[in-house]
Amino acid sequence: MSSVLYDVPGPRAIRRNRILGVVTILVIAALLTFVVYQFAQTGQFSAAKWRIFSFPLVQQKVLEATIATLTAFGMAAVLSLVLGFVLAIGRLSQHAWIRLPVTWFIELFRAIPVLILMMIMYYGLPPLGVTFVTPLVAVVTGLTLYNGSVLAEVFRAGVESLPSGQKEAGYALGLRKSGVMSLILFPQAIRAMMPVIISQLVVVLKDTALGFIVTFQELLYLAKFYGAQVTYGSPIIPATIVFGTIYIVLCLILAGIAKWVEVRTRRSPKIAKPGKGDADTLEAAKAPFIGQQMGGTAGPIQ
Amino acid sequence: MDTLLNNSDLFISGFRNTLILFFFSAIFALVIGIVVGAMRVSPVPIMRGVGTVYVNFIRNTPLTLLMFFFAFGYPKLDLPNPGYTVLAIIALSVYTATYVAEVLRSGFNTVPVGQAEAARAIGLPFGPTMSLVIMPQAFRAVIPPMMSVFIALLKNTTVAAGFSVAEAGTIRANLSERGEPAIVVLLWVAFFFVILVGFLAWLQRSLERRWKVLR
Repeated sequence: MSSVLYDVPGPRAIRRNRILGVVTILVIAALLTFVVYQFAQTGQFSAAKWRIFSFPLVQQKVLEATIATLTAFGMAAVLSLVLGFVLAIGRLSQHAWIRLPVTWFIELFRAIPVLILMMIMYYGLPPLGVTFVTPLVAVVTGLTLYNGSVLAEVFRAGVESLPSGQKEAGYALGLRKSGVMSLILFPQAIRAMMPVIISQLVVVLKDTALGFIVTFQELLYLAKFYGAQVTYGSPIIPATIVFGTIYIVLCLILAGIAKWVEVRTRRSPKIAKPGKGDADTLEAAKAPFIGQQMGGTAGPIQ
Repeated sequence: MDTLLNNSDLFISGFRNTLILFFFSAIFALVIGIVVGAMRVSPVPIMRGVGTVYVNFIRNTPLTLLMFFFAFGYPKLDLPNPGYTVLAIIALSVYTATYVAEVLRSGFNTVPVGQAEAARAIGLPFGPTMSLVIMPQAFRAVIPPMMSVFIALLKNTTVAAGFSVAEAGTIRANLSERGEPAIVVLLWVAFFFVILVGFLAWLQRSLERRWKVLR
């Protein structure tokens, strides 16, 4: 198959590609061998360093930390979806006195690093007499403000990527603005942006790890605690491997759901097969969110 | 305002370190990202596989976890230890490179195959096809999302604060020792981030406007 970058390979290109493939395998194998050798050399695979994870009490703690991470994720995910909806509706308002403050709000909270938001909640508010801020509250608020703002932009981009005929047809049927929004535009926009929305939820899950820095007792916190146990030979690397695996598996499951939804929506008969032009608008609507998924951006204010 | 003026030394050194982290991480992320991106679009299936595994693996790892490994785990491996700042730069670059690679790959995907086929049909070899036809078009599609990645990188440098790198995120901890109210310090830090991000977003918009072409 020919692609933008290369033509169908001829006999010479096939030979060259095979050689390159072998070289790649060798380089990767060498790298992995070096890493594993270095781990083994410094005793990271010795039974003593892994023993701590064989205790039922420790395993129970790991489970509790996983639940703490998932709690923070669940709360932040639901709240940011709600906030995202509210902000998106405000952002699409026809009244400037609603639209402009909401726009500033969105741009402001997309520009402040999530960690700084969490620190403002956790270190900044208690001296002012606010007493309810636990690490969990700080983590959830920080994540909600940031991801809610990003999701608002996602919803808005989804609505704006729809052909204007959809809205006009709704009005022609005699629907009010609320009806057009809730019955026609949002259902289609959410369906179209579903993969982006779920990827943003992966960001929420990943960013719960920031809670480690504001002393939230989640997976990384526990990893550092067990990694520092001198009695068991300070197993920081085994701890990183154990807790890192839990994180990565959780994220991969969520990312897998995003992929599955994307494949499914592409086949769904409920979405009218868009013409070439419509597909382009949708891709263009999704494009600016690539950067967001690494933890954010302030894209162009449109 | 007093909090800012009386402690300008810490604010300046904190944000200088943030910019150092940002600058070097951006360069290394670009280098690694170009290599990985090239692997992901290469005609060699094994290279594509390696690129895909790297991108999917690192993208689903929290940056905090990568930093954690480099700050706490790496020093235990008996390898030369370049210090926390360099380790933070490595973690940031490894993480950001996956996003750079994805931006590059989707940039190439925006160029219609017909463009390349037409170039090959008039007899252009690989080099000129790339430099005259494909790159100029892909480049324009790459710039705006690439700037978004750099903005995110700038904000992600704060994560290094949790791992003994004295940058903007640690200003609060240092000033608490001097008895300054944490909320004022943090609001100033947030304010400077808004300014820095605003500058990058402005740069993004003006570059986008400059290189926008109708297709």
